[in-house]
Amino acid sequence: MTLANDKIILRGRKVVGGVAEGEALVTTDTISGWGGIDPRTGAVIETRHELRGQSFKDKVLVFPGAKGSSGWSHYFHLARLSGAAPKAMVFNVMTTKVALGAVVTRAPAVTDLDRDPLEVIATGDWVRVDGDAGTVEIIKKGGR
Amino acid sequence: MMKLTEFERAMLDGAHGAAKARAMDLLVRYGEALGAERLVETGNVAGTWSVSNPVLRDFAKRGMDAVFSEFNLDSDEIVETPQAETLTCQLIQGIDPRSPEMRAAAGDASDLQNAGEAFFGKRGVAMMSTCTPYQVGNVPVMGEHCAWMESSAVIYCNGVLGARTNTEGRESTGAASITRRIPYWGYHIPENRRGTHLIEIDTEVDDIRDWGLLGYWVGDLVQEDIPVFTGARERPSLIKLKHFGAAAASSGGVEMYHIPGVTPEARDVEQAFGGRKSKATFRFGAAERRATWEKLNAGAKSNDIDFVMLGCPHNSIDQVRHVARLIEGRKVSTSSALWVFTPRAIKDVADRSGYTEIIEAAGGRVYVDTCPAISRLMPKGTKTVATDSAKQAHYLPAITGVQCWFGGVAECVDAAVTGRFAGVAP
Repeated sequence: MTLANDKIILRGRKVVGGVAEGEALVTTDTISGWGGIDPRTGAVIETRHELRGQSFKDKVLVFPGAKGSSGWSHYFHLARLSGAAPKAMVFNVMTTKVALGAVVTRAPAVTDLDRDPLEVIATGDWVRVDGDAGTVEIIKKGGR
Repeated sequence: MMKLTEFERAMLDGAHGAAKARAMDLLVRYGEALGAERLVETGNVAGTWSVSNPVLRDFAKRGMDAVFSEFNLDSDEIVETPQAETLTCQLIQGIDPRSPEMRAAAGDASDLQNAGEAFFGKRGVAMMSTCTPYQVGNVPVMGEHCAWMESSAVIYCNGVLGARTNTEGRESTGAASITRRIPYWGYHIPENRRGTHLIEIDTEVDDIRDWGLLGYWVGDLVQEDIPVFTGARERPSLIKLKHFGAAAASSGGVEMYHIPGVTPEARDVEQAFGGRKSKATFRFGAAERRATWEKLNAGAKSNDIDFVMLGCPHNSIDQVRHVARLIEGRKVSTSSALWVFTPRAIKDVADRSGYTEIIEAAGGRVYVDTCPAISRLMPKGTKTVATDSAKQAHYLPAITGVQCWFGGVAECVDAAVTGRFAGVAP
């Protein structure tokens, strides 16, 4: 992690290439695809999820990883086709669900960061994800 | 960059046709996202080519090749669907096209599903149409590299059969079926199959309800890790392990586990961990069992049951018989309904054996190919459901907005007869 002015930079590795930026939506709960999200709106629908009712559409989704059904990639794929996909993904735990899901969402994605993004990034922070470089730049909310 | 064989490189470069080139492109992107070093050959694929999902309906108007290209290969270019190159089976689908009432409720989705079956069946996708391919003839052998979707089947494949699969998705199984390749990562690699947590069972874990509770509890606890169980007082059967695995893969992402002396990769606890140190030891006692029941049932308020759902994952033949014996000579309440879900191949056996007749005589139904969480079809006006499946109780409220009780099979059948759920916490 480096601090340049008011910018925090995390370094990790590419999952999906490309560059995107947006407001962060952060959860410490793992996310289900099928049965966990509404692909038409990007809203989390899982009953006891802390993001229930909130949409990741056009947000930088920061989350621990994927759980649940193998429909994960299909539902994020559908979200992309509905225009409800996140702008980028930042996550901690690599699984086949989240890897394939990120690939078919085709949004820049990084993992294996040098600090826990769930601790560094808060909902509302402005985040720039460079998938090719494997970096995440964070401008804290109010710091901009 | 992943290392590709000459043959894989040729497929990627288009020497074996456009579909295989798109499939290899997806497998390379996916493998690199994972950090895999190479692909592995697979001879056993379980995925979905279904077009009955309401979201896909509009898309299907562009033709089956368009559905295949987008959803089974993640390809922007529409390619012609080639023949499957290996054993490939269709998992659970959107509706039971044999049921007139379900056909009526599903509208044109029924015709679409039939059209999809005809199209992909001819291209080598065996229409098993169940979440439990291992119950109807697709039983991989120990060590076999598979590419399976369906979390409850994946955990069964790894844990109970000792075959090797990650939880694949629609796109990766589509690509695997026509290339015989899948990333060599995760559970394909022997070292990754060793236990991570020791779980001491210290209470009665008896019927499928208890095994479901154990699975739901452990999935929440270990998430993607590999629990090793000691202290089971009896040897669990296929149906108990099926319910256990489905639950553990719903509350968490468990894809592998060991029950030393029962599952094939662990003679004893030492072999289950294979030299790895247990991250932690947890105890599943009466309090944990009760708390898990309460958690699963926390959202259910009314005891009036509109609908009883049995068969998630799909029921085996002995489970269908069990329901028939419980309901024989009784009647499903006019304010309720009883639907039993099983693979079509097993329903044929149930029909021949007279079980279907008994269930139908009592006012129940036996459906195939689907389940309410997938089809979103339930009896009209359903507000409160009772089920013997922790997995269905986990997903159904989120997907359809109903309240859901989780209980034992007999408690659920009683609820269908009385219209009231009277199940009690263990």
